[in-house]
Amino acid sequence: MSDAVLSVRSLVVEIPTRQAVLRPVDGVAYEIEAGEILGVVGESGAGKSMAGNAVIGLLDSPARISGGEIHLKGQRIDNLSREAMRKLRGKEIGMVFQDPLTSLNPLLQIGDQLTETMLEHLDISETEARKRAIAALEEVGIPAAASRIDSYPHEFSGGMRQRVVIALALCAEPSLVIADEPTTALDVSVQAQIIALLKRLCRDRGTAVMLITHDMGVIAEAADRVAVMYAGRLAELGPVREVVQRPRHPYTDGLMGSTPLASHGQKRLTQIPGAMPRLGNLPEGCAFHPRCPKAKDQCRVSPWPTLEADGGRAACWYPVAHLEVAE
Amino acid sequence: MTAPLVSVRHLTRVFDVSKPWLNRLIERLPKALLTAVSDVSFDIPERQVYALVGESGSGKSTIGKMVVGLLKPSDGAVEIEGVDLSRETDDEKIERVRSDIQMIFQDPFASLNPRWKVRDIIAEPVSAKGGKTDGLAERLLEQVGLSAEDAGKFPHEFSGGQRQRICIARALASEPKLIVCDEPTSALDVSVQAQVLNLMSDLKDEFGLTYLFISHDLTVVQHMADRIGVLYLGRLVEEADPATLFRRPAHPYSQMLLAAAPKMDGFGREADPPQGEIPDPINPPPGCAFNPRCPLAIDLCRKERPELRDVGRARVACHRVEEALAAATETVTA
Repeated sequence: MSDAVLSVRSLVVEIPTRQAVLRPVDGVAYEIEAGEILGVVGESGAGKSMAGNAVIGLLDSPARISGGEIHLKGQRIDNLSREAMRKLRGKEIGMVFQDPLTSLNPLLQIGDQLTETMLEHLDISETEARKRAIAALEEVGIPAAASRIDSYPHEFSGGMRQRVVIALALCAEPSLVIADEPTTALDVSVQAQIIALLKRLCRDRGTAVMLITHDMGVIAEAADRVAVMYAGRLAELGPVREVVQRPRHPYTDGLMGSTPLASHGQKRLTQIPGAMPRLGNLPEGCAFHPRCPKAKDQCRVSPWPTLEADGGRAACWYPVAHLEVAE
Repeated sequence: MTAPLVSVRHLTRVFDVSKPWLNRLIERLPKALLTAVSDVSFDIPERQVYALVGESGSGKSTIGKMVVGLLKPSDGAVEIEGVDLSRETDDEKIERVRSDIQMIFQDPFASLNPRWKVRDIIAEPVSAKGGKTDGLAERLLEQVGLSAEDAGKFPHEFSGGQRQRICIARALASEPKLIVCDEPTSALDVSVQAQVLNLMSDLKDEFGLTYLFISHDLTVVQHMADRIGVLYLGRLVEEADPATLFRRPAHPYSQMLLAAAPKMDGFGREADPPQGEIPDPINPPPGCAFNPRCPLAIDLCRKERPELRDVGRARVACHRVEEALAAATETVTA
């Protein structure tokens, strides 16, 4: 048994529709250790948010987990009852969503929202909870926390609101935080503040973080390891430096090439032809083969390769080889 | 040196965001005026890409709207081919210049009429002026990488990237000289963004287009632009070519912005994030708008607004630009 905080094993999420059963998440497996930040990247529709929602048990019906297991600190959580799951959320798993305005109750003062969470999950008195709420707000860098605790969400700017949401996610001291596009709605300079904050708090407390985003730059700076998703499956999984600088999966390779970068200085961006297939219309074999420059017969016929096809790194029969640069 | 295609002179736009007059009377509130754009001047030469970057509330979209004429300037002027559209009275001139300007918007889901066929959407800029539209939509669709049969479809049958291509085809229909692109790829995924950016570069060369490219994404701007204007709180704080701006940003705000942008090779970077936030545009700080967040601010910065002045190959609005450049060089060598 490994000491991973979160361990997801061949997770499958299904959405039954009239035409067919769609699989927005298909056979995804990864682990996150304490104090580690796992970045999950992919384009819209790749299933990255769905994979996160499955872990916290917030899948919207009719989507459901139909296979695989999710373990949190060694305990299986994907088969818990609704009530048991509700106790777990907030206590063991904190959440930070994209839009800080919709994840705060506009009618409640932020202090009430923080203390409510703590009273629900921790065995402390109301005065103690309030004291801790102020400390939590101070920790996330809200100036004059003692007086602002009685403010309403609309009285904060976007960046400050996201800080409140982070305080809310961390106030019950969870062992896992799932951050789904936490900085997408924010400006560059505020984004840098929020990422730095998230990194610092999680390192100090040893919290495991699942950072879901489409921004490779954010991943490169914040994550320890990266999982690249494509059409509901893991395309590549590895240490961030390796994946960004020496991508093994042709999709990751294309994704890196299509990011405009100064250091490349290229006049044209590499483009991946076509678009991600719809879930109801996945091609046979490897889901990426119609867009892949290196696709061979095996890619069209054999089932989607697992990460084992490339020693646990990339789900590809013919991974991109990189010349070893002598240093 | 030929005259620039677009010449923006001391452009200012003030929005009245006061409460209704009765509330003002009862609560004794003053009028609230929001200066979205304040005294901005720049030129765009023909066949160039001029980019405006800035964070939300910096006034970049407002400038774009004033350039195409969707908003009237409160003060200053936009001259396109020497014609100031908000003051010109000769209808013929206005007509001619207007068909030289087109716009591409951020959200390809909101900027196409869902009840119109793609053919009608693309041909509208021409048919509205009574021009001939036979086969126009089909030809343009192929030019932007879609197929001619797509002309008979409705917008909902296309993905985000394809819709943005339709928007580009529509913008090209009236054979414009200037296209104002307001965050054209912000709603798109990276791989689709690459396709659209490549397409825009190709079309620019093919049709001899001029772009005013508005974006918050520094990497996109760096890739596309010939010249970049950095906006802060409605003011142009720095203008330079991409190489100069990204290698040696002069204004403290540009320096902060570039340092904050996530970098693909910034593994585990522990940079100090920028402090503070953009001030309230209704009550901007006196003097230089950046002074409350600026590490180099002195009394002069709090009193007097700096003018844009030439610094090497850039134009910078900063009293302390020499010190800022020196500080930047120090951090590079350190």
